[in-house]
Amino acid sequence: MARKTTQTRTAVVTVAAWTIGLLIFFPILWIIILGFKSEGDAIKTPLAVLTSDWTLASYHEVQERSNYFLHFMNSVILSLGSTLLALVIAIPAAWSMAFVPGKRTKDLLMWMLSTKMMPAVGVLVPMYLMFRDFGLLDTRIGLVVVLTLINLPIVIWMLYTYFKEIPGEILEAARMDGANLRAEILHVLTPMAVPGIASTVLLNVILAWNEAFWTLQLTTSSAAPLTQFIASYSSPEGLFYAKLSAASTMAIAPILILGWFSQKQLVRGLTFGAVK
Amino acid sequence: MGQITLSSVTKSFGDVTVIPPLDLRIEDGEFVVFVGPSGCGKSTLLRLIAGLEDTSSGKIAIDGTEATDLPPAKRGLAMVFQSYALYPHMSVRKNIAFPLKMAGLSPEIQAQKVEAAAKVLNLTSYLDRRPGQLSGGQRQRVAIGRAIVREPAAFLFDEPLSNLDASLRVSMRQEISELHQTLKTTMIYVTHDQVEAMTMADKIVVLQAGRIEQVGSPMELYRHPANLFVAGFIGSPKMNFITGAEAAQQGCTTLGVRPEHIDVVEGGPWQGTVGLAEHLGSDTFLKVNVAGVGDLTVRVSGERMLRHGDPVSLAPQPGKLYRFGADGKALA
Repeated sequence: MARKTTQTRTAVVTVAAWTIGLLIFFPILWIIILGFKSEGDAIKTPLAVLTSDWTLASYHEVQERSNYFLHFMNSVILSLGSTLLALVIAIPAAWSMAFVPGKRTKDLLMWMLSTKMMPAVGVLVPMYLMFRDFGLLDTRIGLVVVLTLINLPIVIWMLYTYFKEIPGEILEAARMDGANLRAEILHVLTPMAVPGIASTVLLNVILAWNEAFWTLQLTTSSAAPLTQFIASYSSPEGLFYAKLSAASTMAIAPILILGWFSQKQLVRGLTFGAVK
Repeated sequence: MGQITLSSVTKSFGDVTVIPPLDLRIEDGEFVVFVGPSGCGKSTLLRLIAGLEDTSSGKIAIDGTEATDLPPAKRGLAMVFQSYALYPHMSVRKNIAFPLKMAGLSPEIQAQKVEAAAKVLNLTSYLDRRPGQLSGGQRQRVAIGRAIVREPAAFLFDEPLSNLDASLRVSMRQEISELHQTLKTTMIYVTHDQVEAMTMADKIVVLQAGRIEQVGSPMELYRHPANLFVAGFIGSPKMNFITGAEAAQQGCTTLGVRPEHIDVVEGGPWQGTVGLAEHLGSDTFLKVNVAGVGDLTVRVSGERMLRHGDPVSLAPQPGKLYRFGADGKALA
């Protein structure tokens, strides 16, 4: 039976939803607003902030003081590079777990997921020392590897769930049709899993873009992504709210836009299998 | 060519033996049907032949060449699956061309062969559609098309008609039979439906619990079932089995008589009452309770209007009684 919805009820729900939505979005909105204020205005009371003059000064200064483009490119390279590397490893791994599972496959999957529960700081020192000894500190390649390893469990898990949805008979048909393993994965499995792979890629790019522990610990300048760019404007003393806000806005804008346009795909991907 | 020989083939999953040692020889050009109840191992046996499952022991030879350890692609066999197993992201044309592409044929030859197969299967106007836009019967034809373009040594069908509705099943059954007449290629067909087995097969292999109960032509199995299982499985409605004094009189443990071999006559040896009458139009199936014998199914002409509670007298046709021993085997 359909639930009866009165106009009052709809109004209450709508107001509540907008309120909660705005509350959640407020910090980001405030950062965007502060970015367009002078340093002096940025620390005033909220009402005074809103009524003060708008300016692009902080953006100019940020541009002059640091190389936004370098950090942006680093973020792009790190997130895309780590995603690509993770896919190359995860597609065959998820294939074997989904279609030729062994006795320990389930345990292995759980173990992989459990590594995500480990506090990253616990392995900071050994990782740092390894990076130092291998000369990987502040290199893109080093960070690509680390970001790949961090997100690999999630990528394998997601692909595994998508692959599980693909009927094994279709892959068997491909085998009967003369496809070897490479052709089977390339021509049959991957195209069929494109929606799932796309969601995985999106999520992984976002996770890698936002990763702010290892990128801050293992980079200083040449491989530093946008997280480092933001962090360089936060200082224990001094008043850099406006510049910090401008930098933050510039750092989150690309991923926010990507997320906005791909939200349908993301939601579909993340709930795939759950609502089928 | 498409002669397939299985020698002492077994298959176990862990501790469970699905196929105990089994020998079978399938001649070139034969239409062989594996039939049996679900879980009898018929699909497993087909998958062993296809190479989709590894044998636990024993040998499989195709055209005299050892194939036990060959991967599916190298066996030169084509398979049609119950779920059709079409590639949903490819058009019908690409689906049918896929095995040719895998074989590395030139696009021109691929196109020629696809067109030819589509013509045989009446698929020409659907070539640019996706499988999702086709009906069940059309999908199954695409699956068959994908199989025939390979020109395989043998076709393997794994319950290909189970997902179709009853009338389509009958017409597809005829299409597959006609295809066999045209191509004259070995076909191995798995089904649990004894009607499909009877109508299509040159040779039926009746399986139970992974064992072959009997191999023979449809009429051989119908006329001379080797044991109770085959007697009960082949024929529709199934054979009546009579035990007790009536069987003992005939010198056997179980007496079998098919519903179509019992006549309603005046003064027959079995007196009973009609319990249920199913009028199909052409035929009527009666369930008759006979004192001292039990319930018997009788097939009579549709003209006969007998009803629940009518007394009838029955007589088995001479020479149409089957006698089975205590071990279930047929007695001579």
